[in-house]
Amino acid sequence: MTMAPPLADSAKPYLQIVDVVKQFGEHTAVNGVNLSIAKNEIFALLGSSGCGKSTLLRMLAGMETPTSGRIILDGQDVTRLPPYERPINMMFQSYALFPHMTVEQNIAFGLQQDHLVKSEVQERVARMLELVQMSKYARRKPFQLSGGQQQRVALARSLAKRPKLLLLDEPLGALDKKLRQQTQLELVNMIEQVGVTCIMVTHDQEEAMTMASRVGIMSEGQLLQVASPNDIYERPNCRFTAEFIGETNLFSGQVIVDEADHVEVGASELRLPVYVGHGITGTLGMPVWVSIRPERVGLSRSEPAGSCNHDHGTVQDIAYLGGFSIYHIQLASGKVIKASVPATRWREETAPTWGEAVYVSWADNDAVVLTL
Amino acid sequence: MNTPLLHAWAARWQALRHRLPAGRTLVIGLPYGWLWLFFLLPFLFVLQISFSEVEIASPPYRALLSQSEDVLNIALNLGNYRFIFDDPLYLDAYLGSVKVALVTTLFCLLLGYPMAYAIARAAPTQRNTLLMLVMLPFWTSFLVRVYAWMGLLDNEGLINTLLLALGVIDQPLHLLHTAFSVQLVMVYTYLPFMILPLYSNLVKLDGRLLEAAADLGCRPWRAFVTVTLPLSKNGIVAGAMLVFIPAVGEFVIPELVGTPESLMIGKVLWMEFFDNNNWPMAAAVTCVMLALLIVPIIYLHRREEKALARAARH
Repeated sequence: MTMAPPLADSAKPYLQIVDVVKQFGEHTAVNGVNLSIAKNEIFALLGSSGCGKSTLLRMLAGMETPTSGRIILDGQDVTRLPPYERPINMMFQSYALFPHMTVEQNIAFGLQQDHLVKSEVQERVARMLELVQMSKYARRKPFQLSGGQQQRVALARSLAKRPKLLLLDEPLGALDKKLRQQTQLELVNMIEQVGVTCIMVTHDQEEAMTMASRVGIMSEGQLLQVASPNDIYERPNCRFTAEFIGETNLFSGQVIVDEADHVEVGASELRLPVYVGHGITGTLGMPVWVSIRPERVGLSRSEPAGSCNHDHGTVQDIAYLGGFSIYHIQLASGKVIKASVPATRWREETAPTWGEAVYVSWADNDAVVLTL
Repeated sequence: MNTPLLHAWAARWQALRHRLPAGRTLVIGLPYGWLWLFFLLPFLFVLQISFSEVEIASPPYRALLSQSEDVLNIALNLGNYRFIFDDPLYLDAYLGSVKVALVTTLFCLLLGYPMAYAIARAAPTQRNTLLMLVMLPFWTSFLVRVYAWMGLLDNEGLINTLLLALGVIDQPLHLLHTAFSVQLVMVYTYLPFMILPLYSNLVKLDGRLLEAAADLGCRPWRAFVTVTLPLSKNGIVAGAMLVFIPAVGEFVIPELVGTPESLMIGKVLWMEFFDNNNWPMAAAVTCVMLALLIVPIIYLHRREEKALARAARH
């Protein structure tokens, strides 16, 4: 699939990935990826393991060479440059800190390759240590540091050379969950403080959505959608994205009304058609999917008005999660629809309970039509 | 049942159990006991003999302790050691041995490092085959292999015959019984002892460290010098020791393929022991050799420990 890469706010592309393909023997790891990144953008490549995101990152770093396609950074074609000649630095998932060097020596390593004068190296190392708040630990060896501290050193080392492009490979993957959440925004702050264009690879959607200004969803070597976290969640362009990001209710059906300002989709699993308050590029009778997020599905005991967008069923299961509960409602068709109900909707003792008959409904703009 | 008696027994057993060594001590104690019995004790015998005097008897030395009437005499003869330091023959032999061992270690390292590196970087399925090839010579007796080299290097040997037949030379090269042949066969013999510890060190090297070095602008050769080499230091030290220590005392190879003039300490030892029947002198030579080998090792070990302690303090 090829698509015009959407750009952040009309900025001119700083990094361009053009038709990049990578094959390992018979296996195509990256299949025709096109992507443009603006200067100082933080971009996240999101996908499950084996989707090709790491291979794409390694091609940017120069550790793999594309089978075809080009990578252009700041006007320079870097496709065939060896890693040691690229103005690109990477923070490895395992950090890959040199175990025989101190924190200081690790950070200085890249600067020494450029044959900078000693005082300049020292000054920049000191500034980096300050940035990641590791000045106290300058003389320590990596094995004497905690995971979080190692991560900071790895970041400082990859930023020390002031790269044009910073690559983060699962930047927080090696940290435990609590530390990860705390570190996410800290990391973004540090990257923005330095002002570097950054591409990160992650399988953790929360991490991608928190840290990045734009997210690219990858599956089976292809870039399926590139958009802001908000758009990715609210306006997925395909079934994969809708299911991959967050939770959703999916229904298959056909377009039964196709007008410029609205469409209606008839789904066999729903009693009434789904009304969508905007037009789509499609034809009457075309098979489509409809996605409705659980938090858009409302519950009620009385029948909602109107001839679309509601159905009734019985409460099959309730998952109480504190601030909200997930209700599993079995519809007449047998399909189970999930509804996220905030704790403020009903008082505890009056909320619908197991086996109770309820109505589900959603508003005109809550359903998303997916053609792919 | 007599319960008080039972209790008394139980109490006694408890007391006894506390005096018995724990399982941990036992496990560590076994190898210690082994070394004590078969290394330290024999060495103490040798040390004792080195301080005695030659006597025409069996065994051919005078005991350190003797008793005349009620007087216990301890006679420590330092003459053997003085003689070692007075007679330049011994010093020359020691230096000759150390030199040969150093050259052997150096060439084993120069040849062994690339081989160990290549095996460690080979596909995992091929590594075992390559390692088998390294160890294959061990399946043949060491002596047979040295004799094979004699057959190759001889004036009428394979190498000379081949070169003569090809017309490269018109006089056979004098290869056997030279300093060159000693070094050649020693490097050949000790090479696996360098490759194996180096391999087991290099195979553990994290490839991502080299990727990180390249990513930070480091060319492959410099990455080797600044990352691979320092990280394989322990393998180099282990391999060098495994080659150097036995090479210093090597006797068979210089005897079979060396020149009669080339004096090495192993040969001197042999001569003192079997030709001169001078056990005390042979023992003294052994003790000095051991001291020469052990003192630098202890020094290196201490330095390593201090460096580690310093790192831990920071």
